[in-house]
Amino acid sequence: MSTTLTNPATTKSPTRFGYATHLACRECGHVSPLGSTHACDQCFGPLEVAYDLPPLTRESIESGPLSMWRYASLLPVPADVASRPNLDPGWTRLIRADQLARTLGMRELWIKDERGNPTHSFKDRVVGVALAAAIELGFKVLACPSTGNLANAVAAAAARAGIRSVVLIPADLEPQKIIGSAVYGGSLVAVQGSYDDVNRLASELADDRDDWAFVNVNVRPYYAEGSKTIGFEVAEQLGWRLPEQIVVPVASGAQLVKIDKAFREFVATGLVEDSPYRVFGAQATGCSPVAAAFRAGHDVVQPVRPATIAKSLAIGNPADGPYVLDVVRRTGGTVADVSDDALVEAIRLLAYSEGIFAETAGGVTLAVLRTLLAEGQIDPDARTVIINSGDGLKTPDAVAASIQATTPIAPTLAAFAARELAALAPAF
Amino acid sequence: MTVSVRIPTILRSYTGGTAVVSTGPGTVREVIAGLDADYPGIGGRLLDDAGQLRRFVNVYVGDEDIRLVQGLDTPVSDGGQISVIPAVAGG
Repeated sequence: MSTTLTNPATTKSPTRFGYATHLACRECGHVSPLGSTHACDQCFGPLEVAYDLPPLTRESIESGPLSMWRYASLLPVPADVASRPNLDPGWTRLIRADQLARTLGMRELWIKDERGNPTHSFKDRVVGVALAAAIELGFKVLACPSTGNLANAVAAAAARAGIRSVVLIPADLEPQKIIGSAVYGGSLVAVQGSYDDVNRLASELADDRDDWAFVNVNVRPYYAEGSKTIGFEVAEQLGWRLPEQIVVPVASGAQLVKIDKAFREFVATGLVEDSPYRVFGAQATGCSPVAAAFRAGHDVVQPVRPATIAKSLAIGNPADGPYVLDVVRRTGGTVADVSDDALVEAIRLLAYSEGIFAETAGGVTLAVLRTLLAEGQIDPDARTVIINSGDGLKTPDAVAASIQATTPIAPTLAAFAARELAALAPAF
Repeated sequence: MTVSVRIPTILRSYTGGTAVVSTGPGTVREVIAGLDADYPGIGGRLLDDAGQLRRFVNVYVGDEDIRLVQGLDTPVSDGGQISVIPAVAGG
């Protein structure tokens, strides 16, 4: 990496949005200034942050903080973002999963373990960027519709930053996710309905509350950029190279789309070599509108009513669905779906093989990997990464029924020996 | 004989800043045509050149996403409420 940041001829000055220059519509290309809008006023298409990036080196990134802010130059955030009150998300572990790889007949399998974030899911990354942008845009309240993980992340980040939060959740959410939001204070509003109903309410509220930043609605262009840091970290942690295959859970689809964007930005800036990779999307069968559209050859996604225990993926009308289809088709991947039984079995397999207790979305991702291996769509010899987006401690009920209940024994050696004999049957 | 239509911020330039406007009942397609007669140009923002709902526009009749029922042929009865919302949200 020969380029440096010190050449006066090429040095650019970051603004309060870093090196971001404008918002551009992904559909029609219409350009808007950096502001608090998320949909194109010409065609309703999603707005995306565009940059005029400075020269970047591996060394400059490696000398940065051990958080996602090491990639601040590639995000729409002020240069001093790391020193502001925030949760310092990211720089989670990329774990080589050799035992699991052997079980699956694979040569090289890695797990990007997002449990390591401050509120135990990748959502801390997107909220980190949204919070910084919201403050720059003058918002007073941090808000969101959420399937749970985002509510946790918003409530915690707002508490840390000293601003008010309002999170809207479906009333039937897992109790762990409700408690994990409410504990941070702020307002928690349970809504009777599905996530899609909550999302609609939030969109209508965002139109009427001028000083509320709904992180995944009116500041979504900034928010979504946070997921790029998963891709940046995967590439850096693999030794500044891209994986050959990556399996990503799909709810709205933004995470998958942004991981692909991250890989392309690293290639464009010369930080990694341009090597081919395939991106695979993972959904639960009970909410698989993107997988269905992929199979049908469609480029639009027909909404569905979700019915799956993978609640963090239960978005029946996924905003980035069409772009997921674009990415997987461009890279030679696919979108597949698995049953709730298969995702529970995968959660147990991951725990048993690697000591990682994934939430339901992580189970979906591993189960889809198994399915695609069985179908021959994933190459067992290629360097493969799967994303575990959250923590099983937030969704324990998913596996509770499949795990043997422990009945107490008497405090005697004889009672223990009897139990030991009974417990010899392996879990798998 | 009216239907109320909730207009998202990005289209309120067509309605003079008004958030909720009234039009006549019919199918969603007919309601959009009625809107366009009152607020010229607004229909083209909701429908593409082929007359189909743009892929990043969500339209609800009452609580129902029209893509989950009869699409643009979904009936809207007198007193019904329609909400138009940018699809790019959530997740």
